[in-house]
Amino acid sequence: MNLSAAAAKSVPAVQVEGLHKRFGENEVLKGVSLSAAQGEVVALIGSSGSGKSTLLRCINLLETPDDGRVLIQGEEIAMKKDRAGRAQPADSRQVDRIRQRCGMVFQSFNLWTHMTVLENIIEAPVHVLGRNREEAVARAEGLLAKVGLSAKRDAYPSQMSGGQQQRAAIARMLAMDPQVMLFDEPTSALDPELVGEVLKVMRDLADEGATMLLVTHEMAFAREVSHKVVFLHQGRIEEQGTPDELFGNPQSERCRQFLMREGGR
Amino acid sequence: MDMILSSLPSLASGAWLTLQLVALSLALGLLLSVGVALARLSGSVLLRAPAVAFIFLFRSTPLLVQIFLIFYGAGQFVAVRDSFLWPVLREPYWCAIIALTLNNAAYTGEILRGGIQAVSFGQIEAARALGMHRLLLFRRIVLPQAFRQILPAYGNEMIQMVQATSLASTITLMELTGAARAVASRSFQPVEMFVIAGLFYLAMNFAIAQAVRWGEKRLAHAG
Repeated sequence: MNLSAAAAKSVPAVQVEGLHKRFGENEVLKGVSLSAAQGEVVALIGSSGSGKSTLLRCINLLETPDDGRVLIQGEEIAMKKDRAGRAQPADSRQVDRIRQRCGMVFQSFNLWTHMTVLENIIEAPVHVLGRNREEAVARAEGLLAKVGLSAKRDAYPSQMSGGQQQRAAIARMLAMDPQVMLFDEPTSALDPELVGEVLKVMRDLADEGATMLLVTHEMAFAREVSHKVVFLHQGRIEEQGTPDELFGNPQSERCRQFLMREGGR
Repeated sequence: MDMILSSLPSLASGAWLTLQLVALSLALGLLLSVGVALARLSGSVLLRAPAVAFIFLFRSTPLLVQIFLIFYGAGQFVAVRDSFLWPVLREPYWCAIIALTLNNAAYTGEILRGGIQAVSFGQIEAARALGMHRLLLFRRIVLPQAFRQILPAYGNEMIQMVQATSLASTITLMELTGAARAVASRSFQPVEMFVIAGLFYLAMNFAIAQAVRWGEKRLAHAG
């Protein structure tokens, strides 16, 4: 883990300031500020409904924040108000560009069902980045080897286990060479015996110095791989710190209770 | 027997015309149906309202009436007769294709709308998260998945289209049914002629049904 190298780079990979998001009457994020340095692994934890997934989805604009700023490697995502007064991205091309640099892995994998694994992986490099197809295939094969799925190159998602699908989804994300990786509960939909193979791939990425933001219920994993842990409660950051601080000596009562509940599972 | 043999060339040319009507109006109808489905799903009333009206009109009136209106109706207007459209609209061939295309686009548009709406949101989000812009996302992810979804219903629509072309005989087109009737009235052997015509239709629809089955099988694993 290279905390010192990460700290040396002054521009944070991800910076979020005063983020607000409401769904109807329900205010899910109530002013959240957060930053992740280059090469840093940040785990977002909290009970369901705490806003951790929404926060993650605001970073690549899958949810549009109502207020606040999002900066990716120092580039602020420009927002404007539409006629109804709701916040909207000012430039959809900027959003597309930002998303090309921020990979995301979903709880339900979301591999495209009409394509083989290989086709899933080369789709965005070829059609979004305009890369040469042969090169994209060669790169995809390398990534499949890395996640241990070389044999599943021509399989369709419906022919694979959840753990295999999620590893393929990670390979699909890696094919875009993302500067930031967002993981939205990547193991929550998996059978317990399949969780390990996905966590192993993620651990390798963390060891290679990837910048990762991770929403998870895997407390042991969060403690082991992350540099910073953020505990959210009802749309606010209740507490954050190093894994040792937060897991070893939580300051807030809510965080202590949450960790006790999660640990008791 | 001689009568039957001598009738075959004109029945075959009728079948060829039917085939043209089917192929052209299915191809054009499919293209148009994508626009219809998209307009129907649009957030803008200016796009949605015409699509809803179009679908309603063409699904709520008989195809025969639509063919007559386009063939006889268009020529009523001096403006049409003077316009560049007249060389097209005075031909029964093109009038039939226009009517069949529009009718087919209305039905297929509605089928396709259902298929598009059935594409799961996660599939779309994955594409968004990789930075795909809307058009690319629609072309590469939504449309292929929607087509897979609608294939059985669309197969039905294609088969009905084959039968529907027989109505073109009412505006002087000697397609399969028209040819069979003409030969029947000359030969006084209507049963034989219509049996042969029926066999031609059967062959066409068998080919379509097989193609759909093949397509479904090919796409089955990609569920």
